[in-house]
Amino acid sequence: MLLGETVTSQRCTALKSKIMRQSYIMPGFRPTLGFTLLYLGLVVLIPLSTLVFKSLTLSWDDYVHIITSKRVLASFRVSFVTSLLGAAVASVFGFIIAWTFVRYNFIGKRILDALIDLPFALPTAVAGIVLATIYQPSGYIGRLLMQTLGVKVAYNPTGIVIALIFISLPFVVRTVQPVLQEFDTKMEEAASTLGANKLQIFIKIIFPNVFPALLTGFALAFARGVGEYGSVIFIAGNIPYVSEIVPLMIITKLEQYEYAGATAIALTLLIISFILLLVINLLQHWIRKQSGQL
Amino acid sequence: MNAIALAKPTAKLDASPEALLDPPWVRWLLILISVSFIFLFLCLPLASVMVEAFAKGVDAYLSTLAIPDAQSAIGLTLLTAFATVPLNTIFGVAAAWCITRFEFPGKSFLTTLIDLPFSVSPVISGLIFVLLFGAQGWFGGWLAEHDIKIIFAVPGIILATLFITFPFVARELIPLMQEMGSEEEEAALSLGASGWRTFFLITVPNIKWGLLYGVLLCNARAMGEFGAVSVVSGHIRGLTNTLPLHVEVSYNEYDFVAAFASASILAGLAIVTLVLKSFLEWKQHNDRQLSDVL
Amino acid sequence: MRFNLLQAGLLLASLMLIDTAQAERTLLNVSYDPTRELYQEFNTEFIKFWKAKTGEDVQVQQSHGGGGKQTRAVIDGLEADVVTLALSGDIDQISERAGLLPKDWQTRLPNNSLPYTSTIVFLVRKGNPKGIKNWDDLIKPGVSVITPNPKTSGGARYNYLAAWAFAEKNLGGKEAAKEFVKKLYKNVPVLDSGARGSTTTFIQRGLGDVLITWENEAFLALKEIGAGDVEEVVPPFSIKAETPVALIDKVVKKNGNEDLAKAYLDYLFSPVGQKLAAKHFYRPYQPEHANPEDIKRFPKLELFTVADKFGSWAQVQKEHFDDDAIFDQIYTP
Repeated sequence: MLLGETVTSQRCTALKSKIMRQSYIMPGFRPTLGFTLLYLGLVVLIPLSTLVFKSLTLSWDDYVHIITSKRVLASFRVSFVTSLLGAAVASVFGFIIAWTFVRYNFIGKRILDALIDLPFALPTAVAGIVLATIYQPSGYIGRLLMQTLGVKVAYNPTGIVIALIFISLPFVVRTVQPVLQEFDTKMEEAASTLGANKLQIFIKIIFPNVFPALLTGFALAFARGVGEYGSVIFIAGNIPYVSEIVPLMIITKLEQYEYAGATAIALTLLIISFILLLVINLLQHWIRKQSGQL
Repeated sequence: MNAIALAKPTAKLDASPEALLDPPWVRWLLILISVSFIFLFLCLPLASVMVEAFAKGVDAYLSTLAIPDAQSAIGLTLLTAFATVPLNTIFGVAAAWCITRFEFPGKSFLTTLIDLPFSVSPVISGLIFVLLFGAQGWFGGWLAEHDIKIIFAVPGIILATLFITFPFVARELIPLMQEMGSEEEEAALSLGASGWRTFFLITVPNIKWGLLYGVLLCNARAMGEFGAVSVVSGHIRGLTNTLPLHVEVSYNEYDFVAAFASASILAGLAIVTLVLKSFLEWKQHNDRQLSDVL
Repeated sequence: MRFNLLQAGLLLASLMLIDTAQAERTLLNVSYDPTRELYQEFNTEFIKFWKAKTGEDVQVQQSHGGGGKQTRAVIDGLEADVVTLALSGDIDQISERAGLLPKDWQTRLPNNSLPYTSTIVFLVRKGNPKGIKNWDDLIKPGVSVITPNPKTSGGARYNYLAAWAFAEKNLGGKEAAKEFVKKLYKNVPVLDSGARGSTTTFIQRGLGDVLITWENEAFLALKEIGAGDVEEVVPPFSIKAETPVALIDKVVKKNGNEDLAKAYLDYLFSPVGQKLAAKHFYRPYQPEHANPEDIKRFPKLELFTVADKFGSWAQVQKEHFDDDAIFDQIYTP
């Protein structure tokens, strides 16, 4: 195995040097790429392709009919609006949190910093049940909000937004934090000596540099939010046209044995996710280029 | 989970002296906002899991975990993680190697494809395996003929989990290995070291903390996945219920202590993950500083 | 991590051991949400009965969930030896879509394959502050009603149909009935996917003034969690919820469980099964075998069946619950 691989790698050096501009003596291109593609194909692409093939059993008209039916459109609207709001709120607070973590010192900072990743690690169903418990009208916070502001936050779109803020927060903090950390404070100092005030420095210098990262965090949070199911379902209320999300539509269709309908919606959601991911990767590419130039 | 977040673990937590330039009221206001936001959205849910789990005392807590259904759920969850994490780790290393050490056409497309399971709705992740292996699916007839059970059995749960946790290790390693560069490996290779020797003596020591971190997150997600597993499990008590499903089952049986006790195990797992993660980041940071000094 | 791997390794080994030890036959009963407690006890009794009768040790496994989800799982290949579901329409689907049992499955067991039935009642807050007595109280403004989504829950379909039939009978005509259910669902703040979800919403989360639910679910909720906070209200007119059981022919043949599955279902219709059904708040088809104390708990009310008012489940599905059918229409803004 070990020997074989080196031999193979030597044998195809000629071929590889055509493809590769760098690392011409690196071994293992073929086996690693081969394994990557094989595994990707088996675990991800073949299963996902079933969505495409199953949807092909529908005619174009049927597909359009399913996707543009009022209720499905409404669920897309609910999912997108709540994900946008959730990601936006998380972006604002995530930015502030990242800022305080990087720039200030206070007691308990390390613990809080570790806690940020909780939504990554906590199972979504647990998160959903717990959030519903806290924010329902008789829960700790739900009651408080009800009494003081008269706002009901659970079992309506606000509930969905709350669950999505929870899910989104680490995406934003963890994308913005490293960029703020790497940020060269010399530029601030220079601006300061030139007479710029704090707000000007923030708006003109810091924010533009952090913005791409913030946008990436926002996009990641949004992409995740649109597909989120477990944590949303317990707090959403699930009323048609009001608080019914796309993943729930898929489940509902499935349970009525409408496999084609379910896959049509799923495929649409998948395409949207894929486009979002492409955009995110472009954004990251852009950031890398920017930081390379700096 | 995302690329950048995992790429640059928080290394420099100490505030820079420039931070003191912000007026105190801004500092305190921002810290107050951050802390209360984290408290509201992260600490409170976590605390509420624990409070509910121990609502009837430690004995009730322990006895709910001792029942056979809970034990078998814990067992299945461990088995699932045990089956998926190593596979995805091997894949992650292979993918990171071929993506960061070579240039080839379609590389960024491949990277996007690897990310895809991050943003696929868990509901869809379950659905695709039903479409493939369900009785009405592509391989359904063939599987039935040969009496192979995939869906509604352990293999289906493992497959769905494999899909969900697919990108974790790769996504952690790719940015890390990109940043690392391949000079050291090239040097070793040009001095006549074999590919594997170079990998184990040069690459692994450099990526070990990042690799462990990826494995950790992969493991946490593998144990905590709910949506996708719920679609393919069949909910047979004591047989195909994982821990997150057991939470739901107990909750639906009005056994709230049992539900939250199981949830607390998962939350505990999340905390252990977070603590280990902080430790790994600290370790990685130290290693880097050390190598910088050298 | 090493500790983890070690643990998992040990576990894997022990699982394998268990597997080899598991030579005894197992039966899988796929059921809907509220039957958990009933079958927990019934299975224990049946295992004892079978051991005494044949000397063989067997196991019975249970799977519970929303009716729609469970039916879909069986169609997709969940190997249920027997199904005990909320409505015959679901079992018809299994026969029609997967061909796992013959179309005339319902004639193969006594009483149309119905070992027990149930009905739909209300749970209200203590003291019934909103004064809810009958179906038309549910559409009053300011009354908040909890009921699951009829597209995914069998029980919710009975709820909906009972309300519909009430309106059709008392208000006259389809249009009036449609208007009635529209007003009713305007009062619903949360649509859970199953009956259990709705019960937790009502009792645990304290949402809503009235919960429309299975009679057995209402009794159980009072017993398990809600006593003191909620009380039952029985409307004078409601639907007879016919909850059938069936043997899945293809699966039992494949698993060699035919005798076992048949005995299991027969045992449901036996005096012991009937007694247990009544104990767990289901109305047995032969009440004489049940404990008279248990039977006394069931109030008398005027009941109609789906066949009486709606024809068949297929018609109900098509007219009310399919896409763009009446249930979708009443939600169209």
